[in-house]
Amino acid sequence: MALCVRALLGSAAARSLASPGRSLLPLRGRTLTLPGLRCASTVQQRVELKRRKALEGGGEKRTEAQHARGKLTARERVALLLDPDSFTELDMFVEHRCSDFGMEADHNKYPGDSVVTGHGRINGRLVYVFSQDFTVFGGSLSGAHAQKICKIMDQAMTVGAPVIGLNDSGGARIQEGVESLAGYADIFLDTSYLFITGPDVVKSVTNEDVTQEELGGAKTHTSVSGVAHRAFENDIDALLSLRDFFNFLPLSNKDPPPVTECHDPSDRLVPGLDTLVPFETTKAYDMLDIIVDERDFFEIMPNYAKNIVVGFARMNGRTVGIVGNQPKVASGCLDINSSVKGARFVRFCDAFNIPIITFVDVPGFLPGTAQEYGGIIRHGAKLLYAFAEATVPKITIITRKAYGGAYDVMSSKHLRGDVNYAWPTAEVAVMGAKGAVQIIFRGKENQAEAEAEYVEKFANPFPAAVRGFVDDIIQPSTTRLRICRDLDVLASKKQTNPWKKHANIPL
Amino acid sequence: MAAYRVTPTFQRVLRAVKHASLRPRCYIISCHSQYSTVYDPHEKTFDKILIANRGEIACRVIKTCKKMGIKTVAVHSDVDSSAVHVKMADEAFCVGPAPTSKSYLNMDAIMEAIRQTGAQAVHPGYGFLSENKEFARRLAADGVSFIGPDTHAIQAMGDKIESKLIAKAAKVNTIPGFDGVVKNAEEAVKIAGEIGYPVMIKASAGGGGKGMRIAWNDEETREGFRFSSQEAASSFGDDRLLIEKYIDNPRHIEIQVLADKHGNALWLNERECSIQRRNQKVVEEAPSTFLDPVTRRAMGEQAVSLAKAVKYSSAGTVEFLVDSKKNFYFLEMNTRLQVEHPITECITGLDLVQQMIRVAKGYKLQHKQEDIPINGWAIESRVYAEDPYKSFGLPSIGRLSQYEEPLNLPGVRVDSGIQEGSDISIYYDPMISKLVTYGSTRAEALKKMEDALDNYVIRGVTHNIPLLREIIVHPRFISGDISTNFLPEVYPEGFKGHPLAAGEQRELLAAAAALHVAAQLRSQRFLGQQRVSSVPQERRNWELCVELDKRVHMLGVSRSGNSYTVEIDGEKVVVSGEWNLASALLPLTINEITLQYLGTSFKVRVLSKLAASLNKLMPEKIPEDTSSILRSPMPGTVVAVSVKPGDTVAEGQEICVIEAMKMQNSMTAAKTAKVKSVHCTAGETVGEGDLLVELE
Repeated sequence: MALCVRALLGSAAARSLASPGRSLLPLRGRTLTLPGLRCASTVQQRVELKRRKALEGGGEKRTEAQHARGKLTARERVALLLDPDSFTELDMFVEHRCSDFGMEADHNKYPGDSVVTGHGRINGRLVYVFSQDFTVFGGSLSGAHAQKICKIMDQAMTVGAPVIGLNDSGGARIQEGVESLAGYADIFLDTSYLFITGPDVVKSVTNEDVTQEELGGAKTHTSVSGVAHRAFENDIDALLSLRDFFNFLPLSNKDPPPVTECHDPSDRLVPGLDTLVPFETTKAYDMLDIIVDERDFFEIMPNYAKNIVVGFARMNGRTVGIVGNQPKVASGCLDINSSVKGARFVRFCDAFNIPIITFVDVPGFLPGTAQEYGGIIRHGAKLLYAFAEATVPKITIITRKAYGGAYDVMSSKHLRGDVNYAWPTAEVAVMGAKGAVQIIFRGKENQAEAEAEYVEKFANPFPAAVRGFVDDIIQPSTTRLRICRDLDVLASKKQTNPWKKHANIPL
Repeated sequence: MAAYRVTPTFQRVLRAVKHASLRPRCYIISCHSQYSTVYDPHEKTFDKILIANRGEIACRVIKTCKKMGIKTVAVHSDVDSSAVHVKMADEAFCVGPAPTSKSYLNMDAIMEAIRQTGAQAVHPGYGFLSENKEFARRLAADGVSFIGPDTHAIQAMGDKIESKLIAKAAKVNTIPGFDGVVKNAEEAVKIAGEIGYPVMIKASAGGGGKGMRIAWNDEETREGFRFSSQEAASSFGDDRLLIEKYIDNPRHIEIQVLADKHGNALWLNERECSIQRRNQKVVEEAPSTFLDPVTRRAMGEQAVSLAKAVKYSSAGTVEFLVDSKKNFYFLEMNTRLQVEHPITECITGLDLVQQMIRVAKGYKLQHKQEDIPINGWAIESRVYAEDPYKSFGLPSIGRLSQYEEPLNLPGVRVDSGIQEGSDISIYYDPMISKLVTYGSTRAEALKKMEDALDNYVIRGVTHNIPLLREIIVHPRFISGDISTNFLPEVYPEGFKGHPLAAGEQRELLAAAAALHVAAQLRSQRFLGQQRVSSVPQERRNWELCVELDKRVHMLGVSRSGNSYTVEIDGEKVVVSGEWNLASALLPLTINEITLQYLGTSFKVRVLSKLAASLNKLMPEKIPEDTSSILRSPMPGTVVAVSVKPGDTVAEGQEICVIEAMKMQNSMTAAKTAKVKSVHCTAGETVGEGDLLVELE
């Protein structure tokens, strides 16, 4: 499997080349002269001409229009994304083959058509890139355009390198098989929209009034639909963040995740964690306080289903995926959206050999008809399935509540968790003391007394620890040290699932 | 440790030692070597003391109790159950929920704690029940010692009028004035002449500055009399006027006194507390640059005579206003241990808490007046969780995600009651710590304060270190030219952070660039990764654009080993030393670094030349129209909402009131408009930046 990262830079079009990277400028003064070959100079001139035209994209006017929208051109984007001087372009001379509606005319042909493709390096690591050029026919997808993309995808597959797509297209001129792209989409605030059918079609079919921004803007896709995984301030912010993000990922599913130099000692204690979980069991705290203190955390879908936090971090330089319930939002309960968000992330990590660290503080699944009718059982099962199926190292820390079915789901020992820890504040139980007592002692007196007994018996980590469901009860300040040590141990973990054509996750 | 070695000031980029946690915490080592008094184990005082307070002062009292071999009992509210003072004490007792009225001010619960733990004495700290005569009376009734003065001294000094009368009788200078009613302008001139100019004419029924006039000569007195009586009549329906001496540009200087139950009293020199905002002290020092030995002695002797007049025992403070001619006037007496007591301890060598405990047990003072020295100079900065850019400090709250006190430096004392991971909540005082430095001279103490502030790591809450850092290096402060009006005079437009001089700016830019390059290089280094291209050698030269305060600077960086040479406008700055990227200074977001330099935090954005040229094409973020949106400037509780949707409000009209840390803040409309929507209700807790009300 090749890793595909897709960045959406705008929907529907750059001073030609006043400033882009040096590598993209025409190679002046390097004309090859081949003595004895007739017309060599004319061919050479044509090459030069075409090359210059390709580099100009849709021309000065359209480039200015693109800039006026606050967007960069396809080539400017590539130059920013890749290491300086590392871009090798392919298919610069490809042109579209449409012969209708006057498209065959020379002035309607652009060398390279509406997409820039090739390969380059990000921090020295190989990556294939395609970047749609809005200045040429609105970046629309032609046969040639699709062919160019398919070519680099095929090449990427053979060498085991990722593909990054920078999308900026009004839609299809012809639709072809690029829809198979999987992976992460990034979407930009304010300048980009993404929808299957635009507002006009929506109006005619369902009679809904909706703006482009409401229907398919960055806010919609990052907070409501969950289609996009992260939104950024602008092109530059997005592309530079993408470079950062890329450093977390392996080049392919056959490569180990990258390990970078780490200046933060792995045996450092974090005393602040000892006082993080509040005294009252019903009080919220911010799960990000645990994670963010490790500093370098790249959160995925930060605005969608906020009751679960997922993202990439490094422990002792090694990439890990982090999943954590967020007590600050809806008490950190699991519902349909958070289950699906979590499941998708867990599978992504497993697919790319990235160890998963899970922080558990979950009061249960969200009750109610909306959830039941929406299929919470089916969607909750996705997360359960994803954790159970994952064969990468799995480390789980129960910080506080781990109630009922939701406890099982959150990478518990029962789902082949490799290392499961509990903090002293952990409570592994079927449900909270109050609810449990109300059921067990329904209609009876002395409920308060019974509740105290229940708390004494179950609202602590011991019931789970004596059964071996947690491997140890640890002091929170030592959590970082323990995880780093376990990751070292688990680095050689080998586990295979029974043979099957493909796994059968409850989609 | 990250260090940037170029010029001495370059070391002032906050260079945080990351692994603070591995160092012993302050309360374990308790290294107050500045005390010269001995703790005589044979001098029996109490077996067990309950500290009816929280935070740093509770910790401070516990430290001395430990040295004296006394067991301690902490009281705490439920949210404070894992607070530092609770961990330090031998026993802890929960006295109620978070609000102070239900816990730290809950006398019934505290009396119960005393009964259950068998504490023989109570130290009240400052604030809370420290000057509550009812509490002192109840303790006395139960046979428990109150570590403080007797009830009648608390009562006498607690009443403004009574305390002034007692002071007058004890021959203490009080603000001269005419207590009777002034009949006409000519009489006013006559009285003013007797008091001496300048004088203040104010309405007898007055308040809030209305009906108040300052006069510097006879003419102004006549005029002031006329205006004030008119204003008083229209504002209060009462045109009676008083005249008293106006203290121009006063300093706030206080004398520490210590007295026993046997009629002995000492003065322990003065503390200069003129740097204030909203009547709260910010920076204090001892001694004062302003007092000469004669004035000091005169003030000290008057303070002692007042203490004797009320049969005072224990530690107390007599506050004076001092005018520019060194005339001093009694203001009030605080019958408790003051917040700023550590600076007195530093210069005298006395442990005031120890002395209070001894006196409470009935021992005589060990010292004579001539034994009390002034050894060197001590300065205290109050480090608060507050935003100094908003009226010199509006409270902020949060969790101290990283916290390290600069205790590794010599001559530094930090009194605090929090640690890494502690919460600064809306329920209590937002003070983080008292940072005290001392040296043989004022200059030495100030230099140490600079270093200490530069090495203080606080993350997670907004703090006032930028302001403190600016005050202590301000020429007026250094020359000792200060008064209670210092802050508004020096920063008439409000505090804006440190203005960077050209050299400082170069250093900051160089630090940002070096950090950026180091981070870039590291992100290209993969361990055990086979498939990194056999790329060329590491780059040695970079062209960067650094954006600081909306200005873009072009920089060239070249690296050799761990040394970065940054070229800015033809000047070269070398950044080198032992440092790495795991310091507190790691970039917070991509290419945006926040550096704390000379106390102030600066946001710096570093981009490659290419990215910077393209960045010009990016649309600017349109700032929110703040005139039609009212957001909470700080976390707190909404006390009252005075408008509802559809109401029309006038510019400056009150919209709602927010209470935070004992302060009520009135939120007013920025323009005349109709109220579109109201997003808060009375009693609700709001965070900083929460939307309160929208106008049309």
